[in-house]
Amino acid sequence: MTSLRVNGLTHELQLDPRTTLVDALREHLGLMGTKKSCDRGECGACTVHIDGRRVLACMTLAVMADGKHITTIEGLAPPDGGLHPVQAAFIEQDAFQCGYCTPGQIMSAVACIDEGHATSDDQIREFMSGNICRCAAYPQIVAAVRAAAASYGVHATV
Amino acid sequence: MQPFSYYRAIDLADAFGAMQRDAGGQVIAGGTELVNWLKEGIVSPPVIVDINSLPDLGAVEANAAELSIGALARMSDVAAHPQVQRNFPAIAEALHKSASQQLRNMASMGGNLMQRTRCPYFRADVDLACNKRRPGSGCAALDGYDRTAAIFGWSEHCVATHPSDVAVAFAALDATVHVRGATGVERAIPVTDFYMLPGDAPEHDNVLQRDELIVRISVPQSPVAHRSRYLKVRERTSYEFALVSVAAGLQLDGDGRITDVRIALGGVAHRPWRLAAGERALPGTSITDHAAIRAAIEGAFADARPRRQNGFKIELAKRAVVRALQVAGGNA
Repeated sequence: MTSLRVNGLTHELQLDPRTTLVDALREHLGLMGTKKSCDRGECGACTVHIDGRRVLACMTLAVMADGKHITTIEGLAPPDGGLHPVQAAFIEQDAFQCGYCTPGQIMSAVACIDEGHATSDDQIREFMSGNICRCAAYPQIVAAVRAAAASYGVHATV
Repeated sequence: MQPFSYYRAIDLADAFGAMQRDAGGQVIAGGTELVNWLKEGIVSPPVIVDINSLPDLGAVEANAAELSIGALARMSDVAAHPQVQRNFPAIAEALHKSASQQLRNMASMGGNLMQRTRCPYFRADVDLACNKRRPGSGCAALDGYDRTAAIFGWSEHCVATHPSDVAVAFAALDATVHVRGATGVERAIPVTDFYMLPGDAPEHDNVLQRDELIVRISVPQSPVAHRSRYLKVRERTSYEFALVSVAAGLQLDGDGRITDVRIALGGVAHRPWRLAAGERALPGTSITDHAAIRAAIEGAFADARPRRQNGFKIELAKRAVVRALQVAGGNA
C-alpha cells in the first residue's frame, strides 16, 4: 500500500509501481486540478508541492511519494472559501486564456515567491520558465506573480 | 511502460543486493531522466531500486581543501549553497542554468552526471536508427538533423552531445567522481575520464560499472575555481539545452595577465570537452587583449570536425570561450 497525504488528508492506495503521481491524483483520487499535458517533464502543467517544494507530478512515481506531504491546486485556498493571494492575483491580472496551464503556473508561482525568487521581473521570468503557456499569457503571469509577491511583503522591481 | 517491481533500499549494501537479485535492475533517485526512458520504452528493467532513503549521500560540505557534493544532493540545493556560490561560481551558475526549478528540486547530482548522451533521434517515438538506443541499428543523424550534433570526438556511429551543464563546470575545475562498488571498493574517477567517446560502441556513456554507484563528487578549492564562470549559449533565454557552453576559470597577475586557466566546453561532444591546448597557450596573455586571447585558443579547435548543419558551432564556441574568459576575468 502507498500512503499519499494530499492536502491534509491521508489516502491508502494499492498502486502499480508504474503509476505516476499525476495519474494517482487524477485517476485514483479524482483530483482533476493537477493537469497532465506533455507527460514528459517539459511543460510544468502538473506542478505540485511535495514537502513544500515544487516538483513535476508526471515525473514522480507515486510509490516514491509514500508518506510525503503533497499539496495540489485544490489544497491551496484557505478553508473559509477565499482564494490564495496568488490565485486572486492571477484573476486580477487576467493571467490566463484557456486556463489549462494555470494550476501548474499557480503552484509554481507560490513556490517561486516562497523561495525568494520573485524579487524582479527578470528573476520571475527565469524561475517561472519551467511552466509553458501555449496562450502566451506570460506578461500577465509575470504581473500576477509580481503583485502576489508584493502582497506577501516581497516587492519586485520592474 | 513495461511492468517493473519497486524496491526502496535502506543502505548501500541493500541497494547492491537488490540490483544483484534482479539482473538489469535500475537505480532511481530524482527520476527526471529514468521515468522518461521507462515511458518511452528505452529501458524496461525488472526492478527499480529507490536509493533516496540511503543515509549520508545528500550532504554538501566544503573545507579548506575541497567541496564535497553527495550524490543525492538536489541540483537546486547545490546551486543555492553559499559556499558553492562563493568559491565555485561556475558550478552554481551551471546548475542555475539547467532545466527548471521544478526539475532542479527533483534531480540528484549523481543522476545529473548519469544522464545519457543523446540527440533527438535517441528519443524518437517512431522506429529510427540509433546505435545508442539499439546497438547496430545505425545513426539517423548522419543523414538527418545534425544542427545540435557534436563537433569534437564524434564517430560515424554517433554524433550526440552530453546534456549536462554542471558536468562541464566539473570538468573545467578538475572534479572527481567517487564511486563505490558492491564489494565496498571505492574508485575515484576524474570527471574528464568519466565519460566515453562514442567510437564503435556509443551505447556506453560512461565508465561506471553495473555494480557501482556514485557516492559523491569532490572539487578542489583553488583560485581558478574561485574565479570561474559558466556561459551558456542557447536558443532561448531559459529552460533549454546549450548549443554551446563554456566553463572557464582563471588567475591573473598584477598586470592582468593570465597565469593559470581552465576551460571546458559543453554541447560540442559526447562528453565535456576540456580545451587543454588553449589552457597551455593562454598564460601570459592580457585579459584585456581580445585578439590575443582569440589567437591563443585557435589551436584548440584544430581537430574540430563540423557536420553539415552545425559548422556555426565552431565559431560560436570560439567566441563563447573568449567571452567566458573575459567575464571570469572581470573584463566584460
